[in-house]
Amino acid sequence: MKTETTTPLQSRFKPDLNRRDFLRISALVGGGLAIGFYLPGSVFGEVAPALENTAKNFTPNAFIRITPDNIVTIVAKNPEMGQGVKTSLPMIVAEELGADFSKVRIEQGTLDSQLGPQSAGGSMSTPMNYEPLRRAGAVARTLLVQAAATTWGVPVGECEVEQGSVIHRPSGRLLTFGELASKAAALPLPDEKTVELKNPKNFRLLGSRVGGIDNPDIVTGKPLFGLDQKIAGMDYAVYVKCPVFGGKVARANLDEIKKMPGVRDAFVIEGTADYFGLMPGIAIVADSTWSAFKARRALKVEWHEGTAASDSSASYEQAATELAAKPGEVLHNDGDLAAAFAGPVKVVAARYTYPYLYHATLEPMNATARPTDDGGLEIFAPTQMPGDAQEIAAKTVGVPKEKIKIHFTRSGGAFGRRLSNDYVAEVAAIAAKTGRAVKLTTMREDDTQHGHYRSTGWHHLKGAVNARGELVAWHNHFVTVGLNSTDKVGRAADMRPTEFPGRFVPNYRFERSIISTNVPTSWLRAPGSNALAFVFQSFLDELAHASAQDPLMFRLNLLGPDRKVPGPNKRDRPYDTERMKGVLKLAAEKSDWGASLPRGSGRGIAFHFSHLGYVAEVAEVSVSRDGQLKVHRVTVAADVGPIMNLSGAENQVQGSVIDGLSSAWLQEITLEKGRVAQSNFNDYPLLRINDAPTKIEVHFIRSDNPPTGLGEPALPPLPPALCNAIFAATGHRIRELPLSKTNLSWT
Amino acid sequence: MPHYTLKVNGQSHVVDVPADTPLLWVLRDNLDLLGTKYGCGLGLCGACTIQFNGVAVRSCQLPVANATGEITTIEGLTPDGSHPLQKSWCDHDVAQCGYCQAGQIMSAAALLKNNPSPSDDDIDGAMAGNICRCGTYLRIRAAIKDAAHASTGGAK
Repeated sequence: MKTETTTPLQSRFKPDLNRRDFLRISALVGGGLAIGFYLPGSVFGEVAPALENTAKNFTPNAFIRITPDNIVTIVAKNPEMGQGVKTSLPMIVAEELGADFSKVRIEQGTLDSQLGPQSAGGSMSTPMNYEPLRRAGAVARTLLVQAAATTWGVPVGECEVEQGSVIHRPSGRLLTFGELASKAAALPLPDEKTVELKNPKNFRLLGSRVGGIDNPDIVTGKPLFGLDQKIAGMDYAVYVKCPVFGGKVARANLDEIKKMPGVRDAFVIEGTADYFGLMPGIAIVADSTWSAFKARRALKVEWHEGTAASDSSASYEQAATELAAKPGEVLHNDGDLAAAFAGPVKVVAARYTYPYLYHATLEPMNATARPTDDGGLEIFAPTQMPGDAQEIAAKTVGVPKEKIKIHFTRSGGAFGRRLSNDYVAEVAAIAAKTGRAVKLTTMREDDTQHGHYRSTGWHHLKGAVNARGELVAWHNHFVTVGLNSTDKVGRAADMRPTEFPGRFVPNYRFERSIISTNVPTSWLRAPGSNALAFVFQSFLDELAHASAQDPLMFRLNLLGPDRKVPGPNKRDRPYDTERMKGVLKLAAEKSDWGASLPRGSGRGIAFHFSHLGYVAEVAEVSVSRDGQLKVHRVTVAADVGPIMNLSGAENQVQGSVIDGLSSAWLQEITLEKGRVAQSNFNDYPLLRINDAPTKIEVHFIRSDNPPTGLGEPALPPLPPALCNAIFAATGHRIRELPLSKTNLSWT
Repeated sequence: MPHYTLKVNGQSHVVDVPADTPLLWVLRDNLDLLGTKYGCGLGLCGACTIQFNGVAVRSCQLPVANATGEITTIEGLTPDGSHPLQKSWCDHDVAQCGYCQAGQIMSAAALLKNNPSPSDDDIDGAMAGNICRCGTYLRIRAAIKDAAHASTGGAK
């Protein structure tokens, strides 16, 4: 069995601080101190190259630089896509270093194997980097303090660091980091493993509100994004793929297209069978974006569409219904389900379903490439996986990956879509063919119809509550999708057999069936969880109501006594019921849970554990008699350990709430004749400001548990909290998303 | 190809492009004004919002041939980011990815020109054409109100 509900990042990178010497110091030309990461394997658990070899080849990557003019520069090593790491990760370094953050310069790093993992996904940037970055900052601080103590001839213990200076209080002397940097660079490297870290209680920067480092550039329209990259004399290209995934070009009116004004070339790219890589298609290369777009509209292609051209959402639905009527593969069984359902219990059965979703990043897929003199390429791309971008470009062009230089730009949203690098392969193929610099822009319509979608799925649930109000049985037959396979689940389309409430119900069975589909699926923000929380937290609500229990109390009882329940898989973190109950109670308290509301209004509650974060949410809605929904207020309580940047953290939670509303309320991708039926924001709507709640309250329980990222865990509880609130307001139980398909009117 | 003289951010530019070229692409490809963004090409998302004779306009829907008038882009709103909305956007740390925010600010600036103290409903009405995929709407509302407050000298 293949289970792939987590992003690849979680399994690929584990912080490992047992190795020594992950830092190097060096003097900068012109004076000053540079601290560089080296040995990619040491801190981040990748396979380390031979020590001697790396030491010999070490080139300072100058991760932290302090120059005699007292400027501290910190490299932002991970891709920024709106999740805030370009600000929050350097904050970690600056906190330990004791720098004045308002004066720190932050420099976007490029792909560099010595900087450790440079991916962005799985809410892993914070947990992967927290300790290594603290240690890097602490090493630099230790060196600067040592340099000051030596200069003054005083004990190190009498020196303090404050806002970019070392101070000797007994004598009132002060030296800035800049004044100390050159001397510090000549000192022996302290052992980063035993270097003294600050007590988090004394943090001044971490946990405070800091504005995004790029804000001034964003509000003045500076060219930060992938689509803003320009190379003098470059071409502008579009790439056209078969509307039925995997189809190949039979013939096209290329001669006509080549004669169009501004068009420089048009050609077929053979491509590969990799649905996430270079698909077959036609490249049109022009002198401007508009010329390329116009030619794309005039392009007429006859495709070898393949058998999937007769697929549709209706045919998938029918296949799922047929499979649901038969037993699935039993992947987990606890207790005696039949006996439990036969007992004196209240039984509820329901079928839940959710659609394919499109990532809908506002900046469409794009990349810019320039052929280099050594036969390689220099590529500018908004990507979450710059390392993979390098590999796929190298493979596409047929050069060693060292000949591919990757610059990762700020992403105009990513949400998991840019974990794939199909557009990087496409620009590489085009640049390799023309031998010229080129920018590839994907038209919105093509972006919508060639996504790597959140998978659709069907859950056939049956649950039982006993006379004491306890959930005693839970049966789920999950019908999911495979990519042209009934044996292997599609990417990000599986679930752990004992996902909650598995492990919390004595009689539990999980069955799975797979329908074959021709739609590439992939990770969308909070993969798996973004659908599963809707299903399970809604069905739990049904069970609470069926057994006449308060939905909050029912959930608290289900979580049971404080304990750590082992994770579904060995490498999964345990489920800490105390932390979950903590956020659940806090969300209830802050949202006035239990206070009465008029008819047509209601509150709904839900919780979910994902990406190491514990989050509970309460939505408060009203529905008019004619079915108009208004979301008034959403209360979020989250325990993700310590908070890095409070402003950024709250922003992520608020954004997750809006994202959850947007998808649960409005969005679906459907298939007709093997093609995606939607094409732009008219038929794939995003929530607009006039439908945004008046209030989104965010409450953090700042525990001293290991930190986790906040890009994802606040999303999953929103759809079920919303749907449970609609039930409370109207009596309509939403079992199918998006809820815009349900008439919410009531009398 | 026809030549067009455009007045953008107070400066005249002559461009040589097809008549149906949307102003968006002239700004981005010909004039290197990259702050105005492409999102949908159909006037649905507002990422390409500019001001045309003082009115918020989707530049993806304005052919260059019809763009004779005063054009203001995010780069020309102020040269130094000192517009009350730009400051307020930073104070409220509005942006996540930031891609839509130039368009948001240009729509908000047009709103404040005509309505110096907008209500929540006014804001929602004027800003409903601008999508923020990251969901920063609550901060956008707050930032607009603060900017309005600042530019009306603190008078409520």
